[in-house]
Amino acid sequence: MVNENLVKNVVKETYKYGFVTDIETEKISKGLNEDIIRLISTKKEEPEYLLNFRLNAFKKWQQMKEPNWAELGYDAINYQDIIYYSAPKQKEKISSLDEVDPKLLETFDKLGIPLTEQKKLTNVAVDAVFDSVSIATTFREELAQHGVIFCSISEAVKNHSDLIEKYLGSVVPVTDNYFAALNSAVFSDGSFVYIPKGVKCPMDLSSYFRINSGDSGQFERTLIIAEESSSVSYLEGCTAPMFDTNTLHAAVVELIALDDASIKYSTVQNWYAGNEEGVGGIFNFVTKRGKCLGKRSKISWSQVETGSAITWKYPSCLLLGEESIGEFYSVALTNNLQQADTGTKMIHIGPKTKSTIVSKGISAGNSKNSYRGLVRMGTKAIGAKNYSQCDSMLIGDQASANTFPYITSQQQNSEIEHEASTCRISEDQLFYLQSRGIEFEEAISMMVSGFCRDVFNQLPMEFAAEADKLLALKLEGSVG
Amino acid sequence: MKESEPILKVNNLFASTDDLPILKGVSINVYPGEIHAIMGRNGCGKSTFSKIIAGHPSYNITEGEINFLGTNVTSLEPEERAQAGIFLGFQYPIEIPGVSNLEFLRVSTNARRKFLKKEELDTFDFEDLVKEKLEIVKMDSAFLSRSVNQGFSGGEKKRNEILQMALLEPKIAILDETDSGLDIDALRIVASGIKKISNNKMGIILITHYQRLLDEIKPDYVHVMSDGQIIKTGGSDLALELEKNGYEWTDNFVKEK
Repeated sequence: MVNENLVKNVVKETYKYGFVTDIETEKISKGLNEDIIRLISTKKEEPEYLLNFRLNAFKKWQQMKEPNWAELGYDAINYQDIIYYSAPKQKEKISSLDEVDPKLLETFDKLGIPLTEQKKLTNVAVDAVFDSVSIATTFREELAQHGVIFCSISEAVKNHSDLIEKYLGSVVPVTDNYFAALNSAVFSDGSFVYIPKGVKCPMDLSSYFRINSGDSGQFERTLIIAEESSSVSYLEGCTAPMFDTNTLHAAVVELIALDDASIKYSTVQNWYAGNEEGVGGIFNFVTKRGKCLGKRSKISWSQVETGSAITWKYPSCLLLGEESIGEFYSVALTNNLQQADTGTKMIHIGPKTKSTIVSKGISAGNSKNSYRGLVRMGTKAIGAKNYSQCDSMLIGDQASANTFPYITSQQQNSEIEHEASTCRISEDQLFYLQSRGIEFEEAISMMVSGFCRDVFNQLPMEFAAEADKLLALKLEGSVG
Repeated sequence: MKESEPILKVNNLFASTDDLPILKGVSINVYPGEIHAIMGRNGCGKSTFSKIIAGHPSYNITEGEINFLGTNVTSLEPEERAQAGIFLGFQYPIEIPGVSNLEFLRVSTNARRKFLKKEELDTFDFEDLVKEKLEIVKMDSAFLSRSVNQGFSGGEKKRNEILQMALLEPKIAILDETDSGLDIDALRIVASGIKKISNNKMGIILITHYQRLLDEIKPDYVHVMSDGQIIKTGGSDLALELEKNGYEWTDNFVKEK
């Protein structure tokens, strides 16, 4: 069929973030054992409780087994062949952005995240993470005036140890799962956010994660705490160079919302996905979870997942507080030989808790795209409600889409609603748009963004435009 | 003798799908200002003919050519033909969920305008233009904010097709059974819309089973198609004779041939 080939060409990916920054780095030797963990902890000058946290996690991890229930196909990961700490060499203490290596600033410039005073984005504060370390955080003083703490987690360990000790691992326990345990043992850096009582964070906060080294893993850790009646919108972006080996990324994100607080967490994930034959690409095993601890608290996840060879990710909400709200809006696009297994868990514990799930999966090429989600109504979740909608779109006839909804309810007086649909971009639809003068590529991209509209509407404005562009780019190629 | 060149010149066209021959030597010339009607039984190849002119990828042209404004367009993509001014009004307009009708109409109109080297319209200018054109088919502007054809009734879909024709200002419009599924009032609206859009610089081919559309829009020529061939061509009274005698009457033409 003529169109089959056209579709194949159109979904050919172009990845414009695949460059490597040539910079001297400080790396420790490959492998994982107690000494390596002690070394990481020493390098970061950590207090003893944190070293013990790491060692305990490592011990638990050694007793755990890598999960395979998602039936993802990949060669076994050799955990002894990974470098667990890699940092660009720079001066010991950096007091201002002017002292950051220009090569690093240039890298983030190229990624569209300018950091310097003159060029920095005006409406969003950025924490830029390069391999294992945070290299800069913008607008810190301005945020501090509102009492908002936004810094790297390493700094938070030094300056806000009480908060770290209280909340680290309180949402995702060390033993939660294999990859979370690994992260707890070796996490290097990440972002820390604290919004004090009653404060609406005056600007969006964002982290940009950049993997540069081919042989090191990235294990960042993010912790966001929203005190009573506070609110924050947090954005996360990620890219990596094109290597023909696989890089492991195992992050943990923990969110805590107290009474009447709200956290909106948006991700555009564009790690390198590997080439058309499935060589290279990031293995993305991520644990993200939010705890709606307080009454009427709200946690909203939105994600646009387009990159990575493998995505294994289930941003979840523990709805404890009465009338708390959890939301999950997701677009996952897979192409070539990418595999994505993503979804959410909404655990309703408190009464009158509410959750909404909207998932849009788009599979092209030979890729495999699954939604996997759990909705659980606990015994006390009287009057709780959930609404789930899971739609899949297939492009071409080699891709696959699956939906695995898991539903359990121990409370009769609760409602769970689930809708699912699958559609295929048909030749007739394409011909109709083309017969109106619309180019083939644009026709596909119009239909894909139409399909994702419910989710894009949930993204912060600039992010939505970027996500739309990103999807179009992923589907771009040479026609004919 | 015609003074001008034909807009559309289809010359001895043979086409097949999955090796099954559908068109078996169709020739037709449409000159500026002319209205042609193609009639025939279901399955005679009328709809296929219209799709092939528009460039549908499921059909292979095995012989002959399609000449549009002096250029052989046989190997052009559907969007290139559309940009150049070939318009196909669908018998069954396709639903495109999630894509707003307004955005679709704007992108489509701009693709044609770009080809004509006219300035592309931004959202505001386009809304002004489209409101003006809505009048032609008596459509409510509420249709603009809905998804393309989704949940439209049969009549609304057909009016949306004519709205597109009004926006694209084609050089040739092939309207495939635009009258099917319309009640009398809707038929009048659609027919009067087509008449308002038509002018002496463009050609129209109406594909239909029934005289009732041709009562509204009088054709200059009527062609009868059977088994992938045009077996008889006449004036507008040929359609009246068909209406009176039925298609069985045309079977004799094949024998004549």
